[in-house]
Amino acid sequence: MTQPPAAPLTTADGVPLKVSLRRTVRRSKIKALLLVAPLLAFLFIAFLMPLFEMLWRSVDNPEVSTHLSRTVSALEGWNGESLPDEAAFAALAEDLRVGQQERNLGLLSSRLNYEKSGMRSTISRTARRVGTLEPPYRESLIEVNDTWGELDTWKLIQREASPYTISYYLAAIDRQLSPDGEIAKVPEHMQIHATLFWRTLWMSAVITGLTLVLGFPVAFLLANLPTRHSNLLMILVLLPFWTSLLVRTTTWIAILQSQGVLNDVMVALGVIADEARWQMIHNKMGTIIAMTHILLPFMILPLYSVMKTIPPSYMRAARSLGGKPFLSFRRVYFPLTIPGIAAGGILVFILSIGYYITPALVGGQSGRFITNYIAYHMQTSLNWGLAAAIASILLFVVIICYLVFNRLIGVDKVKLG
Amino acid sequence: MPIAARWMHEPDGSQVRRFSVSDGAGGDDNSKRRISMKISNRVVKTSIAAVGMSALAVAVSAHAQQTLNIVSWGGAYSMSQHEAYDKPWIEKTGDKIVNIDRSGNALAGLRAQSQAGNVTWDLVDMLPADAMIACDEGLIEPLDHDELLADAPDGTPPSEDFVEGALGDCFVASIVYSNIVAFNSEMFPEDAQPSTIEDVFDLENYPGKRALLRKPINNMEWALIADGVERDEVYAMLETEEGVQRAFDKLDTIKDEVIWWEEGAQPPQLLADQEVAFASAYNGRIFNAMVTEDQPFEIIWDAQVFELDGWVVPTGKLDKVKDYLHFATDTQRLADQAQYISYGPARLSSSELVSTHAETGIDMTPHMPTHEPNFATALQKDDLFWADYNDELTQRFNAWLSQ
Repeated sequence: MTQPPAAPLTTADGVPLKVSLRRTVRRSKIKALLLVAPLLAFLFIAFLMPLFEMLWRSVDNPEVSTHLSRTVSALEGWNGESLPDEAAFAALAEDLRVGQQERNLGLLSSRLNYEKSGMRSTISRTARRVGTLEPPYRESLIEVNDTWGELDTWKLIQREASPYTISYYLAAIDRQLSPDGEIAKVPEHMQIHATLFWRTLWMSAVITGLTLVLGFPVAFLLANLPTRHSNLLMILVLLPFWTSLLVRTTTWIAILQSQGVLNDVMVALGVIADEARWQMIHNKMGTIIAMTHILLPFMILPLYSVMKTIPPSYMRAARSLGGKPFLSFRRVYFPLTIPGIAAGGILVFILSIGYYITPALVGGQSGRFITNYIAYHMQTSLNWGLAAAIASILLFVVIICYLVFNRLIGVDKVKLG
Repeated sequence: MPIAARWMHEPDGSQVRRFSVSDGAGGDDNSKRRISMKISNRVVKTSIAAVGMSALAVAVSAHAQQTLNIVSWGGAYSMSQHEAYDKPWIEKTGDKIVNIDRSGNALAGLRAQSQAGNVTWDLVDMLPADAMIACDEGLIEPLDHDELLADAPDGTPPSEDFVEGALGDCFVASIVYSNIVAFNSEMFPEDAQPSTIEDVFDLENYPGKRALLRKPINNMEWALIADGVERDEVYAMLETEEGVQRAFDKLDTIKDEVIWWEEGAQPPQLLADQEVAFASAYNGRIFNAMVTEDQPFEIIWDAQVFELDGWVVPTGKLDKVKDYLHFATDTQRLADQAQYISYGPARLSSSELVSTHAETGIDMTPHMPTHEPNFATALQKDDLFWADYNDELTQRFNAWLSQ
């Protein structure tokens, strides 16, 4: 015997309850969306768009195809075994003449100079004289500059005619395209970026480890001392945190440099001779010391917030069940702090990968990070494509770190405060 | 409202009441021009009376007060420009001048501003090599020097009055400065002071740390010269792999004793602290420390690498800065600047007027890079070479540093 189907539940005005619920949920969803809309718009404009712009710039390659368009189309079907025919040379002369009039050859010559040193002056010298050149252009261009008689120059133009390029990424990992289009390592005396990537990663790992070792006992004290004392300790942690990054960094210079406070004290105490002062800054050691100090609060605070929630009774219970202090700590207390360690670790690690002011000031040459070269390519060499490629690789590394972290520990377990 | 009266801060800190003509829309055009004529004429008269400068015979057209954003290098150099150009210009026109210390990265700034379509700089002080690139990229205005710039007092046109290489397609030099190596004379016995560029690479006879610019520029040249290469062959050598290797091999011999600097203010400080015995530097900064701070520094003029520095006009700003550019590059102004810093004026007619330091009254001539005995073994920085090879050599230099 079956029950007759119950009449669907309705609200007072006769709308089925399910429909009504759906409406309410939708309405509150829209409200929530409206509330976060300003943030979403901000994130999109200030974060995502620049990010895409950067990724785009790392492969974007418009210079040759725009400014040498005639030459590029004249080179279509050229087999690359001997110098191209007169038509290509004439097209090049025309391109350079137009470019000289419109004064837009600068970006082109910079772009080609990245691939082949000497292209900048080749183009600017040729462009300056192109108005007076007579056909046949093949002879007269080669006469102006031998570079136009080299097969590699033309191969380069043909290759870089593509609107996209991977050469910035290759340069970022110390590789380059040979004239024949094969990927090869750059000569050993030119390799720099790969070393810097590894150095940035391992030094960040060392700094993360040091902040953990130094920060763990402090966080433990903070969480377990009576409030009166822990407040004082908290202020000692936070005060430097609130001080400007630059002030803290330059203070380390004053303390650690060879005529600095620490060396002076050691010389005065007779620990070291005046001539044998220690070099503690403008090298890796300087970067590690200063960054460990600066990033310490980012480790202590997440650890503290997790330890604060661990009831002291757990440890007492472990002790009363016969656990020795170390065993109770290792088996009971420590596992409970893992979310704090993970949160602090990932925070410090990712922050330190991206640090560049501190390494620039105290790192000397051996303590520089890859970020210093992003800044260098942005501001000094003006090779924005290469800067974008290095930054994209760094972004990729950070995403990988995050995914590994999420897999091992789980982001949902992280507490930041 | 065509005329506004407002309080202006004078350079000496006092305040005076000034009339200014609003350059916004509104108001009868003719009356506006009349009034502004009257005012600028009055300003001109007052300044002539006050300063008594004959150079003000320069015809001043109707001139509405405006704000000029001028980019330069900062430090003692900007100060000298401010004293020599800006103060008399403000006196004369009532313009407001905003100094921006961004010349170190001026090319990047110009590119970024032009890509963003909002160029806020009106006049930029930059190196000729950067100016060449900016000119090729169309970031700055081509200049017709004989039309834009002032003649020398004797009527010589600018194209003949400026030193060789001072006038580029888009560039007008104002000074000749020099990269030199200086040392702290207290750190060597009196009878054995260093004097040549070879001594900088001689750790045995001249021990101590060296502070060098963290760039291949200058260091490569000096290394080759110290290794015995003739001055006029230096750049040809550097275009070859053997030459570059030879320069790095020479630099290798002092690598462990080098502290690398990046800001122009660092070398005088490192020398004063006796952190280093030698430091490469811009000659004006060392002069400043020697003369105004009484530091025991000496300059090794041997193998100085000299180059020019001067103005470029960002695209679209020529009308706005034309008058200032005309004024700031005339004979008297360039000679005035040499009262404040030991950089040689880029005009031949100014060199004759170089006199004494404004504060201490010492004779400036022997401190100028272009002074005959200082100039004997000078090397001119090859801008074309560095335009081509800077990227490659810098990467190689950085790789060498991190080995």
